[in-house]
Order: sequence, then structure tokens, then C-alpha cells
Amino acid sequence: MNNPIAQTVVDFLKYYPPFESLSKEDLQLIAINTKIKSLDKNEILFKGGDTTHTDFYVIKAGAIGLSLTSDAEEMLIDKCDEGDILGLRPFFAKNDYLLTAKAREESIIYAIPILFFQQFITKNAKVLEFLLESFASQTRNPHDKERSGKLLAENTIFSDQVADIQYFQPIKYTHNPITANPEDLLMFIAKTMTNSTIGSVIIQENQLPIGIITDRDLRSKIATGLFPITAEAKEIMTTPVITVPENISVAEAQMIMLKYNVGHLCVTRDGTDNSTISGIISEHDVVAAQANTPGVLLKQTRRATNNKELKYVREKLSDLIQNSIDKNIPISHISNIVAEINIALTRRAIELAVEKIGTPPPVRFAWINVGSQGRKEQLLKTDQDNALVFEDVEPAQYDAVKRYFTELAEFVTDSLNKVGYEFSPYNIVARNTQWCKSVTDWINQYNTWINAPAEKGIEISALFFDFDFIYGYPAIEEALTDNIKVKINKNKKFFAYMASDTLKNLPPLGFFRQFLVENDGEHKDTFDIKLRALEPLIDAARVLILSHGITDITNTYQRFKKLAELEQQNADLYDECAEAFNLLQHFRTEEGLKNDSNGRYINLSELSKTDKVKLKNCFEPIGNVQDIIKNRFSLTFIS
Amino acid sequence: MAFDWITGGSLPQFWKNYTSFFEDDNNALQKKYVVFDMDATGLDWKEDVILSIVALGVDGDAINVGEFIEIYIQQDKYTSNSIAAQGIVNNGAEKVVEAEAMIQFLNFAKDAVLVGHNVNLDIEMINQALKRLGLGRLKNQFMDTNVLYQKLKDLPDGTKTGLDEICDALKIDKNERNTISGNTYSTALAFIKMKKKLDI
Repeated sequence: MNNPIAQTVVDFLKYYPPFESLSKEDLQLIAINTKIKSLDKNEILFKGGDTTHTDFYVIKAGAIGLSLTSDAEEMLIDKCDEGDILGLRPFFAKNDYLLTAKAREESIIYAIPILFFQQFITKNAKVLEFLLESFASQTRNPHDKERSGKLLAENTIFSDQVADIQYFQPIKYTHNPITANPEDLLMFIAKTMTNSTIGSVIIQENQLPIGIITDRDLRSKIATGLFPITAEAKEIMTTPVITVPENISVAEAQMIMLKYNVGHLCVTRDGTDNSTISGIISEHDVVAAQANTPGVLLKQTRRATNNKELKYVREKLSDLIQNSIDKNIPISHISNIVAEINIALTRRAIELAVEKIGTPPPVRFAWINVGSQGRKEQLLKTDQDNALVFEDVEPAQYDAVKRYFTELAEFVTDSLNKVGYEFSPYNIVARNTQWCKSVTDWINQYNTWINAPAEKGIEISALFFDFDFIYGYPAIEEALTDNIKVKINKNKKFFAYMASDTLKNLPPLGFFRQFLVENDGEHKDTFDIKLRALEPLIDAARVLILSHGITDITNTYQRFKKLAELEQQNADLYDECAEAFNLLQHFRTEEGLKNDSNGRYINLSELSKTDKVKLKNCFEPIGNVQDIIKNRFSLTFIS
Repeated sequence: MAFDWITGGSLPQFWKNYTSFFEDDNNALQKKYVVFDMDATGLDWKEDVILSIVALGVDGDAINVGEFIEIYIQQDKYTSNSIAAQGIVNNGAEKVVEAEAMIQFLNFAKDAVLVGHNVNLDIEMINQALKRLGLGRLKNQFMDTNVLYQKLKDLPDGTKTGLDEICDALKIDKNERNTISGNTYSTALAFIKMKKKLDI
């Protein structure tokens, strides 16, 4: 029978895999068994944990988000739009939906009965292949990278593709843990722990956790003879016990452990120690759950055999950053992870370059990252700034040795460039013969910068005071830092120039407390967060920390934290600066991820009012810290 | 003969079947709707007659694509002027007499709630056709997408809103709107969308 409505369904489906490989007749059959539904914005199609539906869905119009709930928060995993398929889970697994599908806008969907569709899977090899391939390869559509007709991650949640997501998934932990009473004798508790091979016992009173006894307590309090083995639990237990809510993510569990320096967390119904115990999370649970996270990226980096594999890691890293930002994980925590992986990437690139050249380095050397990489503040793909220092050699060998290292640097920087780190605009990369030289040459270079700080020289050299040892022989780097320490000590001229350079940055706010935006050019009317907000803080931290003779802390956040420790009288201000810096980094990272850029230019019209206020509040400490610099280095005399 | 009941006086089987659906007031959980649209020779329900009917089944909040009927009616007395005016191309589809059309339609609709845009006129046209067959009026409940739209937008009673405008407001693709089956489909989409928003 003629059915024009079925025809519209056919005409839509036939453009998307796996339907495209079905015959007209088959599609017609599918169409007349299809139901058409509408979803309101934010309507939930299915929820993680719901029993699976008898239909799977194809989006006709609109968009549906797939999200995972953990820490009572939703994390968006994927957005599907026209032609995308979802709800295929029942094809592969008999258990409940894992993800929640929620309409992000008003949508029209086709619901196709799974039982009915099964015949086409068995009949048509291509359909089966499509489903299997998608299942195996994790790209949702193995035939088409253009994002049409995707199969979704909900089928493939256990696969590598979503590895980094696992880090933010609820952690698996021991439910109904073994507990003991405060009056129990240590001896018996130890026996129970040994028999059940567990590392800790929660001490409970009326089902509420009041303390914890771990292997560590037994070691430090019993084995040392501090307490007899007949002591009662309440005498030696660690109290209070750190409690967390159910449904906590791996990332959060790890952070709480780091924060309180504990190896066990007690899970309670509502997360406080006033509710009943429901489980225990050990460090081991965290490690086990992380099988697929930064750790794995590091491992993949170390095993990479070419630039392509390194590039893959860098791309995964972007996903990880995005997820971390979405989850509001502290920016300093994210920076640390990212820095570790960036360092591993560079190291691997160096190793691969040495292999490529075929002969081992003629002398010992050190690879050093400078600038933002040196400060470990590189969240987005920004420039690479690096340098190479090699051991002093006989003048006769010098040229040959330098040639080797320049070639090595050429390979390394080139592969880093391919991975996604662009060459720095000032050409501060180790392949530049100016930044690839012997220890003595480098010491002379620094001495020139320190003793004769011409304005132009300083501008570049500032970068070189934020450096991080990456690869090679640490002693070489130490030789450099030792020299710097001595030379800058009480060097008024040097600091005066550094300080005046710091103060040259443009202020972020105008006279009426309005944002000062770019007046012209490509970035007209945007706010340059790097130049006007981040750099003043970075520069201030650098000059202040160097004036204390500290050269080994390069991270701006940590520099301010250290300054707060060193100068009690200004501790509050420095803490504010540290926080402001993190918040600004957060803004920049979000902007960068959103636009796949370096995040330097913030479009103010896209910020919410509260975000604008937050941003403005970050500027206050900038002015104050600049005042400190002005007074401390007697700048008024110079400029 | 198909018209036996007219002379015989007893009601035809299909009508008995149809009315029997309304006897037990079953409150099925999943409400059944039939969205329909028709093409007629004009807008005067007394004078004009139906040329074709398209109907589409809706279960709860889902359109059943397979539950579809399209009936073309043989109306000898009338020229095909208005057919041309409506732009309907009847590519030689089989036409049936009005009585057969009513049998098919009632068998399809059963006791479902009838839904249409400005549905009163269509209902009356069907009632007239049934009257010509010596039968009673439609027993179905019915709903009007125009009225639903009034409620949705808090428009004053009696406001007439065209289907096109409603489709625009509800972001429904109108590229199928030139045929009555297209109209029916758009009406059905508008219906399930508004039904959801109005929480019916």
C-alpha cells in the first residue's frame, strides 16, 4: 500500500549507515514499523540504570545529549544529532542503560523495534559489520569520520575510547566493610585484618564511623611499642575518619586522599560522619580504577614509536583536560597532570630522535623547557620554548658536537611541532643554534642577561628564568642554576630592570573599572587575558621569587604560595594572587577548549555576569602586587 | 450487495462493529488517537462532499508510521475543479464509492480520539456522508489542533491559526505540506508536540 509517511522515513534513513546498505524494500518494512516521537527540551529519553527499551532510536531532528551521572553531577559524554543512532545497548548487552539520554533541544526521533530490526542484522552482512566494527573500533561510524550516523559510546563504555572518562566515573569500592567497636582489643582487630587480608578497619559506634585503624597505625603505634597489643581500639585509632558520600568519582577520591594524606576513605550515606557507614575506599581502589587515565596516557607516551602515536596522546590529553574542567577539578591539579604528560611527550620525542640519528649523543647534555612549558602552566596547545645545554668539550670537537645536538634538536622540535606544539614566535627552540650550546656558553649568556640587562635582552631572557629540566643529566642544569643564584644575589640593577619590565604590562581595567578590550585587529573587542592579566602575575611572581634567591620553583601558583610562606606580612596578598592566577588560567583554558585556540582572547559578551565579576576580582591583587614591586625595587628612581 | 441495509432497514455489520467499540467504556492506559485530514469539493458541509481522506494512528505519544490509510472517493457528480485547485495529483490510485470509504475509515478509526486541524468541518462532512448512508453520527471524541494551539499560547477563544503557522511555531519541517498526507503528518507532529507540552 502506498504510504507517503513511511516514504519520508525511508528517504531520511537511507542516507545514514547502517540503513544505507539496506534495500528499498527492507527500509520500507522498517519504516512501517517505526514510531515517531517528539521530545521536549530537557526531556529524558532514557536514564542510566533504566531497563532497556524495546526500541532503539534514530534522531530525525534536534539533538540529544548522552551523559553519565557521577558525584550526583551529570557529565556530558556525547551529543548526537540528525541521523545519529542511540539506545543500541540492548543489541549487545542484556543489562540496563549505562548512560542517560536527554534532549538538548526539541527533538523528533524515530523509534525502531529492536526485535524487528534484528532480522536485518542477520540477513545483511554490512549492517552486522557496521555494528560490530563500531563496537570494536570505538569510532561510532567506522565508514565516515564526518560525524554522521554515529553509533554511540553507550555501547562501548568499557573500551579504550572512553578511558579518560573512567577517571570521572563513580569509583568501585568495598561495600559493607568490616568494622570494629571502640572497646575491641588491638590484638583481635589485627587478627581479623590478617584473616580477611584487609589494610584497615573502621571503628564504629551505633553504625557511625568514629575512627579508623590502618596498617600504618599498627606499625607506628603498636610495633614501636608505644601501645601494648592489648590496647583498645579507641586508644590508637585515627580520628576523625575522613568520610565521603556514595557515588564519588575516582578523581575526587584521589584528591581527597591527597588532600588529607590518608590511604582510606570511609563512605557514608550522606558523606558526613553523622550517617551510617556504607563502604570503604582504599588507595588500591583508586589505582585499580585508574587503569585508563593519566597513568595510561603516560604509559602510551613511553611506548610510542612515532610522531603519530605521540599526537594521539596529545589529543587524548585535550579530552582529559576538557573533562577535568567540566568537573571543576582544581586547575593546579590539572596542570600537574598535563605537565607530567607534556614532559613525557618531550622525553619520548628526544629518545625517538636519538634513535633516528642512529648514534648516541657524543657528550652529556640537558634538555630544558623554558617559558610556559618551563612553568608547567601549559594546558592548551601553545608554543614550544626549549633549549639544549651540553657538556663543555675541547674547542676542536665543539663544532661537531654542536652539529650533532642541533640536528637532534631539529628532529625533536619538529616532531613536537607535528604533535601540536607550535614553534615559539621568538624562535626560542633548541634547534636554533643560539639556544643550543655548551654549559660555559650558557653561563656566559646568563651573565650577560644578568649584568647588562638591556631592555630588549630582558624581554626574551625573562622566559629563560622559568626553566624546567626535562631530559639528560640534571647536573648540567644544576650548574646553570647555581651560577644564576650567585649572580643575581643582591644584584640591584638586574632586579630593577626585571621589575620595570614587569610593570610595563597593560592594566586590565580602565578608569571606570571597565574591561579594557582590544581596539582593533582580528581580536577587536575581546579581552586579552594573557597580556593583561596572566602575564603581570607571572612576571611579578618571577621577579619576587628570584629576589629571594629561589630558582627551582618555576610554577607561578607555587611561586606565590612560596612567597606567602616567606613574607608573612604579605601572605594574604600572595595567596590571593595564587588563587587569581588559577582562576584566570581556568578562564583561559575554557576559552581555549571552546574555540580550539590558545584561549588568549576572551569574548566578554559570552561571559555571564557572575563570571565577569569573578574575572574583575582577579585583577585587584595584580595592582597590589605591582605596588609591592614598585616599592621594593625602588623603581621610582629608574623610570 | 453492499447497500442491502438501506432497503433492509437493519444496520450493516461494519456499523455494528463500530458502535460496539463504544459500548464498554474501557480506560486503556495507552490512549489511541487517529489524526486525519481530508480533501473535499468545498467548504460547505451541506453541499460539498469528500474526495479523499488520509488518517494516521498515534499511540500515546508516538506516531505509528505503519498505521496509515489513504482513501480516494469516487464522486461522479462533481467535476475535478477543486481537486486541481488543491493541487492533488491522484496518480491513478483506486477510487472507492463513498460507502466503502466510510467502511474503511470507521474500521480504521474504531473508538480512537479523532484529531484534525479545524476538525469540526471534517467531522461534519463525515457525518453527512454517514447520513447519506442512513447511519448515525460519529461517536468518537475529537480534538482540534487549532484549539490545542489556542490553549498552548493562551490565545482568545475562536482564534484561527493556520497549520503553517503552528508548524513554524513548533519548529516542524513543512516540506511535506502540499498533499493531504503531508498535512496529516504535520498535524500529527504538531499534535504529539502540543500534547506533551500541555501534558494531556
